[in-house]
Amino acid sequence: MPAHPVLQQADIARALTRIAHEILESNRGPSGLVLLGIPSRGVPLAKRLAEQLNEISHADVPWGSLDVTLYRDDLARNRTRTPSPTLLPPGGIDDAVVVLVDDVLYSGRTIRAALDALVDVGRPRAVRLAVLVDRGHRELPIRPDFVGKNLPSARDERVNVNLEELDGEDSVTIGSEGTRA
Amino acid sequence: MRHLLSTRDLTRDDAIAILDVAEDMAQVAGREVKKLPALRGKTVVNLFFEDSTRTRISFEAAAKRLSADVINFSAKGSSVSKGESLKDTAQTLAAIGADAVVVRHGASGAPRVLADGGWIDAGIVNAGDGTHEHPTQALLDAFTIRRRLHGGLSRGRGLDGVSVAIVGDVLHSRVARSNIWLLTSLGATVRLVAPPTLLPVGIDDWPVEVSYDLDESLHLGQTVVMMLRIQTERMHAAFFPNAREYSRRWGLDDRRLAALGEDTIVMHPGPMNRGLEISSTAADSPGSTVREQVTNGVAVRMAVLYLLLSGGVQS
Repeated sequence: MPAHPVLQQADIARALTRIAHEILESNRGPSGLVLLGIPSRGVPLAKRLAEQLNEISHADVPWGSLDVTLYRDDLARNRTRTPSPTLLPPGGIDDAVVVLVDDVLYSGRTIRAALDALVDVGRPRAVRLAVLVDRGHRELPIRPDFVGKNLPSARDERVNVNLEELDGEDSVTIGSEGTRA
Repeated sequence: MRHLLSTRDLTRDDAIAILDVAEDMAQVAGREVKKLPALRGKTVVNLFFEDSTRTRISFEAAAKRLSADVINFSAKGSSVSKGESLKDTAQTLAAIGADAVVVRHGASGAPRVLADGGWIDAGIVNAGDGTHEHPTQALLDAFTIRRRLHGGLSRGRGLDGVSVAIVGDVLHSRVARSNIWLLTSLGATVRLVAPPTLLPVGIDDWPVEVSYDLDESLHLGQTVVMMLRIQTERMHAAFFPNAREYSRRWGLDDRRLAALGEDTIVMHPGPMNRGLEISSTAADSPGSTVREQVTNGVAVRMAVLYLLLSGGVQS
């Protein structure tokens, strides 16, 4: 079965705008917010969300990236993964409300690793989770605070998120294992 | 990566990949919690048949920062002094359940024997074997040069256009050999400067220029001047008339230091013989990376241990 599209460029933009509004509503404004994207596709999403937040609230919300590779629980089982840089905003994350940003939420294991990585670089006041797509099948008690799209999927399906910055176009597709749009 | 025995085995891409992972590892040193859980439950054995301060401490710090368990073994005070063979020692380590063995040995090729012997299934890291190779030292040297030249923009880069003069006791130096292979695959040019008696036989096919004249070589303008230690413990013959003459002709003294370009990087793998191959002023000058090299050594060794020990499927 070929991969078929779920979200187009405009849908992704709309989802991010809505998430930005939801973040501002739940945080009662932009103060104290720090967005941290999880590499690789969480990072451009965090940057875009920060730009949206700044546009809506005329603030300067800091954003960065948080690498979780070295905190994963499957390092001994899978192929060697190369870490990506962790880049924190100059003010750090102590006492901030950190919003973790990722493209797809699936088992929840990446987020578990991210929570571990986070406590090693500082002590945020609160941690929230924003994802573009929640495809279900959680293996850990982890729940997103902000979701772009709930996408019911089978375990053997593959959800691909493509972003302009890394893949040349914005789209989300779902297909059988191994197909890549 | 299964073992790290020689920088000759590393392609340019392999080497850049290791240096890039080391960039990530170096970030950890600046944090409050200097620890990563990546190698939890793995056992790293430091198997040292030769004396070492820097390398052993550096590997120990690297393994501990990655949460591995570390067992230090030095031949002095072990059953090796009762005549135990390398094979029996290896089998003992295998029985203990070592996942990686960092080995330093006076005999060239000892790490290769451990890797190919079939006595132990662990990943082997060569931490210096005789006069053969010392790959992690070369990697940390390359990392240090790259960082000095490119700072935060180091990732993904080689050392193209960089000229390195390696000066001194090339004959006995495993650091020089590892650096020659690594730096040239990263795109640098290497010039060996030494008295003829301290150059090995058969270097005609090495990818290097050779000179007997330090002043002439420095005059050409080098990006990096790497001074080697005079290894008196391996010298069983007279290779130069006396220390004073060596120092005058091949040492980095204050006069030569003053003549260097402002940006010239001065390196030394340590331990230094101050006043012999390098003057104190040169060793402590702003261009000197001696202490940076030690700091970077931990990050580079973390990268090597991580790449060796993570991944159930070996790539």
